[in-house]
Amino acid sequence: MPATPPDQRSADAARRAVEAVWRIESGRLIAGLARVTRDIGLAEELGQDALVAALEEWPHTGIPPNPAGWLMTTAKNRAIDAHRRREMHRRKLEVLGRDVREGHDPISAEVNDALDDHIGDDLLRLIVTAAHPVLSIESRVALTLRCLGGLSTPEIARAFLIPEATAAQRIVRGKRTLAASGVAFELPGPEEMADRLASVLEVIYLIFNEGYSATTGEDWMRPALVQEALRLGRILAGLAHDEPEVHGLVALMEIQASRLRARIGVGGEPVLLPDQDRRLWDRLLIRRGLQALERAESLPAPIGPYTLQAAIAACHARAATVQDTDWSRIAALYEVLGHLWPSPVVELNRAVAVGRATGPAEGLAIVDALVRAGALPGYPQLPAVRGDLLAQLGRSQEARAEFERAAELTRNGQERTLFLARAASIGTGSILRPG
Amino acid sequence: MRYIVLLKGFPMADPPPPALMEAIMKLGGEATRAGALLDTAGLAPSAAGARVRLSGGALSVTDGPFAEAKEFISYALYQVRGKEEAVEWASRFMRLHQEFWPGWAGEAEVVKVFGPEDFAPPA
Repeated sequence: MPATPPDQRSADAARRAVEAVWRIESGRLIAGLARVTRDIGLAEELGQDALVAALEEWPHTGIPPNPAGWLMTTAKNRAIDAHRRREMHRRKLEVLGRDVREGHDPISAEVNDALDDHIGDDLLRLIVTAAHPVLSIESRVALTLRCLGGLSTPEIARAFLIPEATAAQRIVRGKRTLAASGVAFELPGPEEMADRLASVLEVIYLIFNEGYSATTGEDWMRPALVQEALRLGRILAGLAHDEPEVHGLVALMEIQASRLRARIGVGGEPVLLPDQDRRLWDRLLIRRGLQALERAESLPAPIGPYTLQAAIAACHARAATVQDTDWSRIAALYEVLGHLWPSPVVELNRAVAVGRATGPAEGLAIVDALVRAGALPGYPQLPAVRGDLLAQLGRSQEARAEFERAAELTRNGQERTLFLARAASIGTGSILRPG
Repeated sequence: MRYIVLLKGFPMADPPPPALMEAIMKLGGEATRAGALLDTAGLAPSAAGARVRLSGGALSVTDGPFAEAKEFISYALYQVRGKEEAVEWASRFMRLHQEFWPGWAGEAEVVKVFGPEDFAPPA
């Protein structure tokens, strides 16, 4: 294979360097521009213009000594041009005279001030606007990744396994809806802030889970969503540092991400939490997660669902072995979570915890109540958990039937293999499952 | 992806100027708020450390200082989306030295930390 020509290589290197600066700066850049234009759609386009200009110029001129400043200046100039054009449009009758005094031009001054001050507030405004509840969840996710993650439309498409046209449409539709609904580029008042933040947290956790559920061999953009969500969460935690649920979500994501290496086996098969090699857990992420949880719990506000889930994840993170797990605390936390956020899935998880903390009969009672209520039909984890508890009670025949039922229900081939293996192991009389 | 940036420099007669330290704190805060900087700390001169060596089948321990021209100064652990982003943060850091400490010379080594992406089983 012929080697890439050197000029092509340096052009590629320059492009990658431009994109790296863009990824670092794009959020703040677009946030500052949105403050001036009052329109995040336009701000995003102006930012893109600056990126295109950099991609055209830097490979020839070299990367400027202050690339972030260069991008900002270029975008500012475009913003001023756009502002002038709109002003001109508005004052149609005014003579097309170029009498705007360069240097102490009031428009430039306004734009410059707006871009230099309040960067933190701007960023928070951008985050809560891109994830505005008036938008569909798909548009919220796409706009957030586009405006705050610096992701391109093709990257968003690859990350969510959707056609590029669909990703583009989600962004365009989002921008259009924001404009049509007259959503102001403002921070909501305190009474509205809780709902707006909840919408942001939902978007970030959805991005995280999309990446977390990526399977082996998929495009690297998918698992990269985990890091993207963590980055967004950390940025938000810096901006909304008095909001416990923000730290709760960050804690939950840091701790879940700490298990990334342990949750996939050598053959690419999923490894469940009790079976994971805990030496593969990322200690740095666990430490960061526990710190974020501590912060969330120290703030004077009622405890929320993300903080509770993080507290549960922390019980696992703190346990050196499965046997060391504080199952009573986990059961208690699931009980609180169930009050706050009633859900049969939460109740099923509580059954597992109670089964381990108190005993399989007590756990089974909770599952049986779910079954009687007709909850979670078609959910393979329900018979799987029931089967596990029955097996512990020595009710082998019923246990086997439950695992076979779980295998029937699941759509995941690897999970089916796992359930059938459990069913078979019960058949041979070995009812005790390690872990 | 994770990168560790190891800063090494030639020893200077004077301590770093306060303006440099101030600028470093500011950049560190920015990188933390950007969700990129996970961990960082200064590193003491080799006089405070030691080396444990295995050579010819024998272990030996040598206390510092060591006669290398350059000493470690700090480490920083970044979570970024690619090498260029780590290089950009390292460059910003070095630019501060250029601006605030004339005469200082050193290097920042950008080292990739193996991560889940490096252990992906075959598709």
